[in-house]
Amino acid sequence: MDQQTAAASSVDIDRTSTMTRGEHARQSRPLDSELARQAGAGPAVREDAEVVFDLDDVTVKYGSFPAIRDVTMQIRERMITALIGPSGCGKTTLLRCFNRMNDLIPSASVEGTIRYKGADLYASGVDPVEVRRRIGMVFQKPNPFPKSIRENILFGPRVTGMEFDADEIVERSLKGAALWDEVSGKLDDSALGLSGGQQQRLCIARATAVEPDTILMDEPCSALDPIATGAIEDLMRALREDYTIVIVTHNMQQAARACDMTAFITTEVAQDEQGHDRRSGRLIEFDRTEVIFGDPNDQRTEDYISGRFG
Amino acid sequence: MMAVSTPQREAEVAQDALHAPDDRGRRERGFEFGLLIATAVAVVVLAVLLIDIAIDGLPFINSTRFTEYSSRFPEEFGFRSGITGTLSLMILVGLLSFVIGVGGATYLEEFAPNNRFTRFVEANTSNLAGVPSVVYGLLGAGVFVFFFSLGRSLIVGAITLSLLILPVIIVASREALRAVPNALREAGLGLGATPLQTIGRQILPQALPGILTGTILALSRAIGETAPILVVGALFSRRSDNVPWDIDDAFSALPIQVFDLVKRPQAAFQEQVAPAGIIILLVLLLLMNSIAIYLRNRYSRSS
Ligand SMILES: Nc1ncnc2c1ncn2[C@@H]1O[C@H](COP(=O)(O)OP(=O)(O)O)[C@@H](O)[C@H]1O
Ligand SMILES: [Mg+2]
Repeated sequence: MDQQTAAASSVDIDRTSTMTRGEHARQSRPLDSELARQAGAGPAVREDAEVVFDLDDVTVKYGSFPAIRDVTMQIRERMITALIGPSGCGKTTLLRCFNRMNDLIPSASVEGTIRYKGADLYASGVDPVEVRRRIGMVFQKPNPFPKSIRENILFGPRVTGMEFDADEIVERSLKGAALWDEVSGKLDDSALGLSGGQQQRLCIARATAVEPDTILMDEPCSALDPIATGAIEDLMRALREDYTIVIVTHNMQQAARACDMTAFITTEVAQDEQGHDRRSGRLIEFDRTEVIFGDPNDQRTEDYISGRFG
Repeated sequence: MMAVSTPQREAEVAQDALHAPDDRGRRERGFEFGLLIATAVAVVVLAVLLIDIAIDGLPFINSTRFTEYSSRFPEEFGFRSGITGTLSLMILVGLLSFVIGVGGATYLEEFAPNNRFTRFVEANTSNLAGVPSVVYGLLGAGVFVFFFSLGRSLIVGAITLSLLILPVIIVASREALRAVPNALREAGLGLGATPLQTIGRQILPQALPGILTGTILALSRAIGETAPILVVGALFSRRSDNVPWDIDDAFSALPIQVFDLVKRPQAAFQEQVAPAGIIILLVLLLLMNSIAIYLRNRYSRSS
């Protein structure tokens, strides 16, 4: 299968929408066109990029409750892929499967397969520690260690046993996270003295210090002001040169501005075996960002990005 | 007759509404007074006890009390064996209970699967904290002195006191570990650290001030205990010093010596030497607490 058709077929959606593209275009609201214009601004998506995460029919359950189900998608190398959707639709749940952070929640279980560069992440014998060394994570709330800025950067390289020059790696990581100029004079000060935006950039710097291939970000800007958010978005675009990034975001402008591919997830009501209504997340549409924001194929995507629900 | 509403009248009504109901001030003050009495009872009783002991014992504190061993004559009586015994016990009990207690707490809090066995252990750890200390003494005597044939030795005293305070240390350490935000565990694991690395390098250091506080309080209690070490065979007096590394040695301790003195028929022992011993014990405890508080502050500052 060539890469291009893979990209198209990876969009696993129920095409229940009866609208034609023409209707979408006529209904476009100012928000849509503004977002679509922003989305077009980035460099083109490389269709030939290698598949990093290959999800096949993934369902994640908490106990018997499927928080998100039947997700099939392919996330490609050196692109920024956004997961958007209303609160509680399972974005965090899905993201935390990508580096087996879900293992920390005893009730969580994963069905289906998630392949990372061809390797099954949930095969028996896979060590989650090894997975997380390759796939880093930045969390919703900045969570620096209550230690010095320097110690925050050096923790990862120390525990992973990699060879490193401490001064060099501190400087390089902080420069990479656009934080060096602000903190170079106070590397031994506590990280807790930094502002929220600086703390989050420190967390990104810390994640890059262990040289992962992929970085997962769970709403990294939700606690930040617009200026700090802008700084993080610039940073993501720069990091894309070296890393594959998957980001959960609440903020549609952010997805439109900063991301190459966008997956729209929403909550659907389904009936379980006992006939009870169970709400669980479904992947509705996954495509290039400018398609999602300019000319989505599904009515629900259209409704969501134009602010009609969610 | 209807009151005519004028701006002035409205202002008066509004003013009245802001006044407290008549009895509120009285109730508040009454309650405050009750709390004051409660505090006073606790503080005054303690102060009276301490002052009484100080009046009796202080004139009797001199170098003899520290350099001499036990004696039949009040003027010649010294607490040397008790002081060295208590210091040795402090060190051994501190080490044993800290290592085992923090280890157990870390396992229960960070690693143990959430199953029936774990819940059983958890429930019983808390229950053990309420078992009378003399029961631990009997356990120490039965299990260590006789069954393991360790004799009436320093190590048996230390193990017995450690067992006595382990539940308290475990409960306190677990609370301290639980207070460390989960976000830090995720941060560590998310960077590719193993659970052991994350807990050892980030979580435990964060919890250490809390753990130390719990350990110090528990240790103070252990050091003042008489009953359990009496049962495992602490001596009223010896004519040699205890050192923490000679763990097979017989041992004495300050509370045991005080206990012995107050039973002696001579008034001087009861009224002068015993209070002097109590003062020495209290000073030792205060010293230990200050060292621990210093350590704790140093750790919380460096983190
Ligand atoms: N640890 C958990 N245990 C049980 N249910 C959970 C847990 N975490 C999340 N959920 C549930 O799973 C669903 C998806 O949550 P989440 O992935 O956090 O959504 P999102 O990140 O899209 O807001 C929600 O219904 C939420 O209540
Ligand atoms: Mg979330």
